[in-house]
Amino acid sequence: MNSPPLVSARNIDLSLNGKPVLQQVDLTIRPREIVTLIGPNGAGKTTLLRVVLGLQRPDRGEVDRAAGLRIGYMPQRMPLDLAFPISVKRFLLLAGAVSLDDLEQVLEEVGAAALLESPLQALSGGEFQRILLARALLRNPNLLVLDEPVQGVDVHGQVEIFRLLARIRDLHDSAILLVSHDLHLVMASTDRVICLNRHICCTGNPESVTRNPEFLQLFGAAAVQSLAIYSHDQAHRHEQCQHGDRI
Amino acid sequence: MDDFFLRALLGGIGVAVVAGPFGSFVVWRRLAYFGDTLAHSAMLGIACGFLLHINLTLGVVAVGLLVALALHFMQRRRRLPGDTALGILSHASLSLGMVLLAFMDQVRFDLLGYLFGDILAISRSDILWIFSGGGISLVLLIVLWRPLLAITLHEDLARVEGVAVERTQLIFLALMALIVALMLKLVGLVLVTSLFIIPAATARKFTRTPETMALTASLTGCLAVAGGLWASLTWDTPAGPSIVLSATALFLVSSLLPDR
Repeated sequence: MNSPPLVSARNIDLSLNGKPVLQQVDLTIRPREIVTLIGPNGAGKTTLLRVVLGLQRPDRGEVDRAAGLRIGYMPQRMPLDLAFPISVKRFLLLAGAVSLDDLEQVLEEVGAAALLESPLQALSGGEFQRILLARALLRNPNLLVLDEPVQGVDVHGQVEIFRLLARIRDLHDSAILLVSHDLHLVMASTDRVICLNRHICCTGNPESVTRNPEFLQLFGAAAVQSLAIYSHDQAHRHEQCQHGDRI
Repeated sequence: MDDFFLRALLGGIGVAVVAGPFGSFVVWRRLAYFGDTLAHSAMLGIACGFLLHINLTLGVVAVGLLVALALHFMQRRRRLPGDTALGILSHASLSLGMVLLAFMDQVRFDLLGYLFGDILAISRSDILWIFSGGGISLVLLIVLWRPLLAITLHEDLARVEGVAVERTQLIFLALMALIVALMLKLVGLVLVTSLFIIPAATARKFTRTPETMALTASLTGCLAVAGGLWASLTWDTPAGPSIVLSATALFLVSSLLPDR
């Protein structure tokens, strides 16, 4: 954990349409770390991703990006017009200078090799997420940023995608920052959870976060009790939960 | 066959070839109403042309560029829904053009020609405009093709991947303004959008890549121009609306054909 961070955002304040969305938010992502943002709707999760991606300038605060940072981004939604004729192959080639070999290899990795020539419109929700992930991977990223990667995917597919993410971290030596709603799946495959509700409520490894009072308040004790937590890395250092002081 | 007919055919085909790929983007990016707004603002451009004694096409292009810029910045501030902003710009500029023209009582001009096109009166200088302006636009579009496709699919994703989104968008809008000005001669400001979208919509059914759709749209547009001119000559119908109707007929026939 001592390597310099890939991205470090400090004291981020941001208001949209006069409403504060992010207040005093800090976020640091280190190489090979899987960080998950959770929080209720309107908590600023997607906005924080946009700040990290450089798509949104904060009102106050700084974002430092490491030299040599290569971001692969998987957006939340892809509004695809039926009037736009495009195949999976062509869509992936738009990622930049990629060879057909790279392309086939990445598709193999995400388990979508058979889809190479399919029209993009013909894909199911889960297939589409895999293709978006493949496009992000084609950038050979050291940071993958995923905005609700399992949205619109059935439970079986969700498990598969989370497994895929863990494998990708190992294969590509890539850090992963993701937004997710599904506490169960997130907890099983994350190094660090950040619970966001415009400010950072608490942060730490999955186990410690679920014991945090503010987390319990946000998600409800019942929901948290039903969480099956698989600690995948016993040696992982328990971080202190910072208690939010603004409510 | 007469000279004027050949000029009309040449100019019409020149415009249709350019309209194909641009029209495809109009369909993909849902810019039909934006095309309409550019076309309506042409009336203000014509008025400015008369007022300043400059070439009318130049006046139309200049006003179109201003409208495109105004729209670009109005949309970035997001105070108004896009179609509302377009509606205001569109009709305000059309009305301002009409009012200005009404003040210039010494100017004789053919209102119907501007509204519905006057392809049979196309001049050599019009042809020159179409081929030089259209040619430049096509070359620039080919240069911008890949970033434009990326932006069309997902703007933020394109931005993260390093596409110069703002610059690409602005150049594209400027090219649209130029092309609308070229299309006016053919079908007039009321019908411009139809020449963008009907051939592209016809082409969609038969194509599986963006490039083939753009080329097929060009080809469909050329057929529509030829068919419309022929109908206009045969039955003495107005040429602009005849071209639009022949494009519509092609669209209808294509939608009756079975899917590939």
